[in-house]
Amino acid sequence: MQFKILNGFLMMKNRNFFISLSFLICLLWGATTPAFAETENEEQYNAGETIIEHILDSYDWHIFTWKGHHVSVPLPIIVFNEGKCYTFSSKEFHHNNTYVTVNKTNSEDITFAIPHEGKYKGKVVILNADGTQKRPFDISITKNVCGLFISCTILVVLFLLVAKAYRKRGVKAPKGLQSLFEWLICYVRDDIALKAIDKKHVDRYLPYLITVFFFIFFNNLLGLIPFFPFGANLTGNIAITATLAVLTFLITNLFGNKEYYKDIVNTPGVPWFLKLPIPLMPLIETVGCFTKPVVLAIRLFANITAGHIVVLGFISSIFIVAQISVGGGIGMSVFSLILVIFVDAIELLVAYIQAYVFTLLSALYFGMASKEHHH
Amino acid sequence: MELITPDFGLIFWMTIAFLIVFFILVKFAFPVIGKTLKNREEKITEALEIAERTHEEMKNLQAKNEELLQQAREEREEMLNEARQYRDKIIEEAKVKAKEETDRLVESAKETIENERKAAMTDIKNEIANISIKVAEKILQKELSTDEAQMDYINRIIKEADKQ
Repeated sequence: MQFKILNGFLMMKNRNFFISLSFLICLLWGATTPAFAETENEEQYNAGETIIEHILDSYDWHIFTWKGHHVSVPLPIIVFNEGKCYTFSSKEFHHNNTYVTVNKTNSEDITFAIPHEGKYKGKVVILNADGTQKRPFDISITKNVCGLFISCTILVVLFLLVAKAYRKRGVKAPKGLQSLFEWLICYVRDDIALKAIDKKHVDRYLPYLITVFFFIFFNNLLGLIPFFPFGANLTGNIAITATLAVLTFLITNLFGNKEYYKDIVNTPGVPWFLKLPIPLMPLIETVGCFTKPVVLAIRLFANITAGHIVVLGFISSIFIVAQISVGGGIGMSVFSLILVIFVDAIELLVAYIQAYVFTLLSALYFGMASKEHHH
Repeated sequence: MELITPDFGLIFWMTIAFLIVFFILVKFAFPVIGKTLKNREEKITEALEIAERTHEEMKNLQAKNEELLQQAREEREEMLNEARQYRDKIIEEAKVKAKEETDRLVESAKETIENERKAAMTDIKNEIANISIKVAEKILQKELSTDEAQMDYINRIIKEADKQ
C-alpha cells in the first residue's frame, strides 16, 4: 500500500495528490503519536524528548505503542570488540536493557548495554566490571541503516524498471514512471550539470550527480512518510549528509585539474601582498575547500531535521494542551493539523529543493575544479 | 549533541550502500538511459531536419509548379492568340475568296445573261424576220394573187421610186 502511494506520488497524476498526500501524512502522524503519548500518561509528556527520539537513529524500529506495549521491529546489532564480532538481535535489550554473552577473546562474560544517559546515551556499550563504559566498534543495522537499505533497494528497482522501459520502448516517447524519471534526469543533466560544468567534462560527473539527486530526493520523500518501513530520518542525519558531502569533496578534488590547484595556491585577481609574505589567500582558499562540503552536509541535515522538528512540534502541542484539558486538546488538534498540513506541503517542496541545491552546489564545485580557463 | 555527531556505523553502511547503488546504476541503468536519450535526441534532430528539408523541397516544388503553371498559362494564351489570328486570317481569306468567287460568278452570270440575251435577241430577230417574211409572203401571195394586183403593185413601186 505504501508503495502504491509512493508510486502514485511519483506519477503525479494530479496536483490534488500533493494535498491528499500531505493530509494523509498528517493523519498518520496524528494516528501514531497518541500511541506513545498514552504510555507516558503516568509521567509528564516530554515533547522535546519525543521529538528528538523520532529524529535520532535507534537500534530497533519502533512502529507504535499499544496499551503500554511497544510494537517494534528488532534489528541486528553488529559490534566488534578486540577484533571479535558479536551479532545479536536488539530484542535482547528489551528485558533489562543489558545483554550478557560469552566474551570471544577470553571466554568470560561480556555485558552489552544501551545507557539512558551519559556520554554514550542510546548507543551500545560494553559494561566493564569496574562500571566504566566502552564503546565497541559498532556497525549495527540500525533503524536508519535499515531505512537506507530499503530506500536504496526501491531506488535501484525503480531505476532498473525505468532502464528496462527504455530498453523496451527505445526511442519512443517515455511513459509512466519512465517519463517522471526522464524529466528529473534531463533536469539534472540540462539545468544543473550542463549549466555548471564544461560540456566536455559533464559525462564524467553526471552519473554521480543523478545518483545523488535521486538519493536525496527519494530519502527526503520517504522520510516524510510516517510509517514502517519508511519514515527513517535519513537525510536529516548528519552521518548520511556528511558521507554525501565527503563524496562530493573527494570527487571535486580528485578530478580537479592543474589550474584548479594553481588557483588555490596562487589566487588570481588578488593583490600580491595578500599572498606573498603571509599566504593569506591560499590559506583561505584551502580552508574554503573544506568548508564547502561541511556546509553542504549541514544545510541538508538542518533543513530536513528542521522540517521534521516543526511537524513533530505541532503534533506534540496537541498532547501538551490535552494534558491540561481534553477539550483544549481537541481544539488544538484541529489547529495543529491545519498547520501540519501546511508544513508538510512545504516539506514536499523542501524535499525537492534540498535535493536540487545539494546537486547544484556539487555540480558547481565540480565545474570549478574542471574548468579550463586562461588568464 | 547526538544529533550532530555522525555515527560511524551509519557512515560505514551509507558508504557501502551508496556506492553499491551508484555502481548498479552506472552499470545497468545510466548507459541504457543515456544511450536511448541520445538516440532519441538524434532521431528528433534528424526528423526535424528532414521535415525542414521536406518543407524546403515542397516550397521549391510549389514554386516550380507555379512557374510551370504560369508557363502553361502563357503558352495557352499564346496558342489561343495564334489560333484566333489564324481563324481570323482564314475567315478573312475565305471572305475574300468568296467575294472573288461571287464576283466572278456574277460576272460570268452577267456575261452568260448578256450572251443569252444577245442570242435570244438574234433568235427573236431571226424569228421576227422569218415571221415577217412569212407574213409578207402570205400577204404578197394574197395581194398579188391576181395579175392586176401584181401590176398595180409594180406601178406603185415604180411611182414611189420616181418620187425618190
